[in-house]
Amino acid sequence: MTSAASSPEARSPAAESRFQYVLRLADTSLILGQRLGEWVGHAPALEEDLGLANIALDLIGQARLLLAYAGEIEGRGRDEDALAFLRDAPEFRNASLAEQPNGDFGQTIVRQCLLDAWQLEVYEALSASSDPRLAEVAAKTVKETRYHLRFSAGWLVRLGDGTEESHGRVQQALDALWRFTDELLTPDGLDDEMAAAGIAPSLTAVRSGWEQRIGAVLEEATLKKPAAARYPWQGKRGVHTEHLGHMLAQMQHLPRTFPGATW
Amino acid sequence: MYTQALDNPVPDDQRGPAGEAALERRFDERIERDEKIEPKDWMPEAYRQTLIRQIAQHAHSEIVGMLPEGNWITRAPSLRRKAVLIAKVQDEGGHGMYLYSAAETLGVARSELIEQLLDGRAKYSSIFNYPTLTWADVGAIGWLVDGAAIMNQIPICRCSYGPYARAMVRICKEESFHQRQGFEIMLTLARGTAAQRAMAQDALDRWWWPSVMMFGPSDAASTHTAQSMKWRIKRFTNDELRQKFIDVTVPQAEFLGLRIPDPDLKWDEPTQHYLTGEIDWSEFKAVLKGNGPCNQERLQARRTAHEAGGWVREAAAAYAAKHGGRSAQPRSASNVTSPAGEVSAHE
Amino acid sequence: MSEDWPLFEVFIRARSGLEHKHVGSLHAADARMAIEHARDVYTRRQEGVSIWVARSSEIVASDPEEADALFEPARDKVYRHPTFYAIPDEVKNL
Repeated sequence: MTSAASSPEARSPAAESRFQYVLRLADTSLILGQRLGEWVGHAPALEEDLGLANIALDLIGQARLLLAYAGEIEGRGRDEDALAFLRDAPEFRNASLAEQPNGDFGQTIVRQCLLDAWQLEVYEALSASSDPRLAEVAAKTVKETRYHLRFSAGWLVRLGDGTEESHGRVQQALDALWRFTDELLTPDGLDDEMAAAGIAPSLTAVRSGWEQRIGAVLEEATLKKPAAARYPWQGKRGVHTEHLGHMLAQMQHLPRTFPGATW
Repeated sequence: MYTQALDNPVPDDQRGPAGEAALERRFDERIERDEKIEPKDWMPEAYRQTLIRQIAQHAHSEIVGMLPEGNWITRAPSLRRKAVLIAKVQDEGGHGMYLYSAAETLGVARSELIEQLLDGRAKYSSIFNYPTLTWADVGAIGWLVDGAAIMNQIPICRCSYGPYARAMVRICKEESFHQRQGFEIMLTLARGTAAQRAMAQDALDRWWWPSVMMFGPSDAASTHTAQSMKWRIKRFTNDELRQKFIDVTVPQAEFLGLRIPDPDLKWDEPTQHYLTGEIDWSEFKAVLKGNGPCNQERLQARRTAHEAGGWVREAAAAYAAKHGGRSAQPRSASNVTSPAGEVSAHE
Repeated sequence: MSEDWPLFEVFIRARSGLEHKHVGSLHAADARMAIEHARDVYTRRQEGVSIWVARSSEIVASDPEEADALFEPARDKVYRHPTFYAIPDEVKNL
């Protein structure tokens, strides 16, 4: 237990900010992991079933560590499952990009690659966070994310530079999902506050690294970078797309139907 | 259980010229000495075909088996259960892969085997044609279905064909966590709320008989079994394995405080076995024929995945062809080296 | 089929100091994918520190028909084994 949870600071603005920030990280991993879980048994090849499942497992693992930490910061006794299964959509802080539907394999790969590049930038920086718990989680997550990016970038290249059909599909997916990347790269007050405290990286730095990585992949994939666009609301502030509600209804059904039960 | 539908056996090898008969005699001697047959060794064509069909059925079962449990990944009631279930289903996919690998050493391509599954020519274990209706079903499958599979698979670790035996060793190592996770789910439910206990009992009520039937009907009538036993592809009879499963599982159900849905179940002191009521083989036959609760849905799911993935597989093949065939590889976000130490890519 | 991916054989080094061992095969469209697939299929339980993949079509195997000629002659050359030689017990370091 960190001292933040048991001291009078538990409800302080600083703790509240940290709590919200950790939820942003945790929920993004959780929701993305949940999306990948939908693929198991339906992927284009058996090998991809295993590959996507591996990524899902890593993401769920990240979510568990981060949610547990968030619960400690909050200091109200909520554990990883209480946070995952008993919050409603407006309390979720995942990036909207994570909740976008799987669509076809191309859409899934585009979504994955955009988020993997972001996670890699963020978690590499978080390895040096002034928050030792985050630094610890980040050190583990960086290794996982390097592999995820290798997988998704490799596939984006093969699909972009594969057949005419595959090229068309992923270009279309890229054009549709691009507007959700702005939220990942444009800081709001909380991002600035965390950066100032040395807890989180500056999103300006993240943007620069992300643009480089994604630029290189898109070029090799012979894909056109879409024009700048933004989605008007932000999942990280709790204002989501219509998809999250449906996801949570499915994910949370059992604990909500049998309150208090142990599973 | 992977021989459930093998009773239309491949015709026996013709006894051709004397050379062929001698080879066959040598082969039989190797089998008798418990020697392993490896991929390039001479083998009777019927042995090869029987193995291909059995291994393929086994592989198909693993793949189709991903679906009933995969059905609950998005709804697992805790993050730990979700992670464990993903890992289990992933293992099943991996098992399918080890088995397709083993089958391919016998000279058949995986794509050919998949085609046979998808157009209904190949069979897979009947048990996966039942629906998973509640979370307790996930526990019941791990406990009963994986339990039955383990019973069947351990002897196959000693089967005569090397690649199949080795695949089974790998699979058995991984399988024991599967059964334990299933039992743990059942235990948690059995010790939980009244609603959870009822959920567990309901699952047992629906999965008990199909699990018992997994071992297939009595071998007495099967000519196929005799040949498979002679070739050390099959090492125990269906009845022997089924009895072992029942004897081991009944005490586990008692520990859970759950009732096995068989009013005739009783312990027989003289034989030291549990005796069961009559098994309704007509249900089993119907399921094997394609008329079980989920046969259509399972096959359709696999067909859809395969068809929907066609453009993806094509794209990957096209990329490789465009970029130098065997050495093709995307550069982005990768380091792949040759054993000689040459780094051939960079971020 | 144009969408068919070639077969690769997979070899894993379990720990530093051991050789790579053959563990099975899988399908992949290109070399990098083969490594990733091998990692996802064969090293989930910390079974490896290094992966080799080779196209199955590149593997050259000895013909079992020739097993006698290839391997029998070594059987009677027992003088290659240290146990063939009788050295008195009192002699040390031999």
